[in-house]
Amino acid sequence: MESPLLFGISTMAYFIAMMIYFIYLAFRNNPVGIIATSFTILGFISQTFAIALRWKEFAELSGMGFIRSAPLTNLYESLTFFVWCLILGYLIIEFKFKNRSFGAFVTPIAGLVLAFIDLTGVTKEIQPLVPALKSNWLLAHVTMSFIAYAAFAISFSTGIMYLILNTEKKNEPAYIFWTLTFGLFAILILSMGIDFLTFKVKVRPEIFIKSYLFKTSFLHPSATVNIISWLISFAIIFIVWKYGFILKRILIKFGLSADMLDEITYKSIAVGFPIFTLGGLIFGAIWADQAWGVYWSWDPKETWSLITWFIYAFYIHSRFVRGWKGKKAAIVAVIGFMAVIFTYLGVNLLLSGLHSYGSQ
Amino acid sequence: MEKEKSTLIDKIWAFFASVKFAIIIFALIATTSIIGTILEQREDPAKNLQILSRLFSESLAPTLYEIFDKLGFFNMYRSWWFISLLALFALNLIICSLDRLPKIWKLVKEPMLPLPEETLKKFLINREFTIKNTPDNIKFFVSDTLKKSGFKCNEVKEDNGFQFFGQKWNYSRLGVYLTHMSILLILIGALIGIKLGFKGYMEVGEGTVSNTVISGDKVLTLDFLVKCENFETEFYGMSDMPKEYRSWLTIIKDGKEVVKKSITVNDPLTYEGITFYQSSYGIIPNGLGRGIFIFNVVSKDGKSNLLNLRFGDSFQIPGTNLTGRIIDFSPALRYDERGNTFTYTNMMNNPAVLIDFTESGKHKFSGWIFKRHPESWQLPDGNRVEFYNYWGVEYTGLQVRKDPGVWLVYLGCILISIGLFTAFFLSHRRIWVKLIADKQYTRIVIGANTNKNRAAFERKIDMIVSTLSKNKEGAK
Repeated sequence: MESPLLFGISTMAYFIAMMIYFIYLAFRNNPVGIIATSFTILGFISQTFAIALRWKEFAELSGMGFIRSAPLTNLYESLTFFVWCLILGYLIIEFKFKNRSFGAFVTPIAGLVLAFIDLTGVTKEIQPLVPALKSNWLLAHVTMSFIAYAAFAISFSTGIMYLILNTEKKNEPAYIFWTLTFGLFAILILSMGIDFLTFKVKVRPEIFIKSYLFKTSFLHPSATVNIISWLISFAIIFIVWKYGFILKRILIKFGLSADMLDEITYKSIAVGFPIFTLGGLIFGAIWADQAWGVYWSWDPKETWSLITWFIYAFYIHSRFVRGWKGKKAAIVAVIGFMAVIFTYLGVNLLLSGLHSYGSQ
Repeated sequence: MEKEKSTLIDKIWAFFASVKFAIIIFALIATTSIIGTILEQREDPAKNLQILSRLFSESLAPTLYEIFDKLGFFNMYRSWWFISLLALFALNLIICSLDRLPKIWKLVKEPMLPLPEETLKKFLINREFTIKNTPDNIKFFVSDTLKKSGFKCNEVKEDNGFQFFGQKWNYSRLGVYLTHMSILLILIGALIGIKLGFKGYMEVGEGTVSNTVISGDKVLTLDFLVKCENFETEFYGMSDMPKEYRSWLTIIKDGKEVVKKSITVNDPLTYEGITFYQSSYGIIPNGLGRGIFIFNVVSKDGKSNLLNLRFGDSFQIPGTNLTGRIIDFSPALRYDERGNTFTYTNMMNNPAVLIDFTESGKHKFSGWIFKRHPESWQLPDGNRVEFYNYWGVEYTGLQVRKDPGVWLVYLGCILISIGLFTAFFLSHRRIWVKLIADKQYTRIVIGANTNKNRAAFERKIDMIVSTLSKNKEGAK
């Protein structure tokens, strides 16, 4: 079997699992839940084999030996590995907390990320390593970073569920925060979706962002379209804000307790933070020191990972300050993961775009 | 008056030691850092003007540029206010440790004491059960079970039984402080590196030596020479994708060769605390035609001769009358669709020489020989010209660094890892087990506490309880 086929199987399995998790949530039927978990495990096993095969292929192609040939060197490979870590983290939580409800949240993320890879022009080719990446630090640095990212992703989803469950009034900041987050996310997905459907292009994400992103809405040449886009955006935010409580009613049915959500949020950050510090920041610094003789140069990637580190340090310390436990801490956990996404994707896709603009 | 003054100092001290101050600093460093990732740091002003006009508007950009420039935003991480934030961060770490460490240290050092039954029952984790045996008979089994669970227990004789008590990972409570101290260590290491070390760049041509390093706007002179024996780019297969950049370096001190090493991007050379990193490469200005061709000429019957030649030189295939002359050279030669040759870059990606062969003054044949394509080395008459290298035209660009503080940074990194892992993954656990004689039976009361992850500790306690309960049949 080939790795693309196996990746395809796992994408399918995650989507099927997602649908069964939804059915499970609706009917609370245990056998259904077991089937959902089985599909998740099937997807996970298939993905594991896919990664292993790609690894083997890479090692044979490059002739650099096993350790240096970890398939973690480009966007495609790292996204795939992120999904793998996320599913692993979810399976651990399902096993430890004996609760399947998160499955309905995690499997769609996994499926969407894998589908995103398929839809966009992210290159899937095995690319030879540039000399700077040829190091034993690659494996340690990247795997640990992504294990931490997956832990942070889990804390993000439990954090946001905590906010949904624990907000009562429409005018309280925590409610406005989570509805705004959802609203902006919906606008982003919607406008990007329209861009995709209009231009039907398969290009590298950097190029997509530079040449196509929001060109059918906010950056459309016609001012009327711009105004309508903005109006629709405000309408979406307003609707999410107005009817956000419906989501809360659904979540209450899941039988999730706020305490448990808070605990999972804290625990996944408590796991992610030390791993991120060691694998992300320290190993990254040591590697940079070996390759370029500078362990810290304040480049955007380094700085953003430091920003992420400070946000999670903020989270951990804020729990010791009176009045910060609960909602405020959950907001910090959610912001923390946004910083993670920015560190991982935004720095490469947005900042490099902004900076290379001048050189064009 | 005197008293009020001291309370003010107390208040300031308490504020600097507080977690609240810490999270304010975290938030400030995190948010200000963002600006530095959007604006180009230490770059051409034109670039930042362009970014500003893109983010705001063309007309606002120059004014904003001036304001940001005054605030040091274009060299932000070295600006006085950002350094001050880092200093406040350090101050917070120092004061918070000074404030708390002595108290925690006292707690860690405090011996555990036996406790009365009522106190044990008030613990969040407490168990009580009865075993059909006397305390004297089971006490060894109890202490053994506790030991196996990782608790080395003290034992005291009480009125009607015994009490065991012990703890585990007592020192894990210091993990937080170890983490904080390591951050300080890293900051001190970085400061030493900035004050006492330097970062620079030097270029050394193949076959030449140099001791000058450009560091910012300063020129430094090393007290030894760096010689570049050779520089080579290795490619993936026949593609132009670089696989490795390699320089063969020799350090010459007082006229003697002291170190020889080939360096690559992830494998630098260190001599006398100064480290040389492979950083860039290029062609020596006006040097492209002045190199030396290194050929190994092999005749049909296996006679070979290693030659160093210059452009225009002639050479003979050993044991024959065949003479070759180098008449053309290209650093990167390629054939187009029609079979014509052209040079596609002026870097040494695919060096090739055109050799014209004559035998006793008569033209025989001529053709291109490629360094990277051994199949082109074979001549039509069975002789061979092996093109090993075109040497002396490239220079290697080396990043040069001296950082006497880097070991402190590394030490800090190791300690912060230990600190974080103890702080997050180890918990301080204490257990008291009281054996109370009750006729032929023993009533066992267990009280326990932990500073984190109570659920896991409760599971552990339950295991101890079940081990102890099982003993009642065996010990009868």
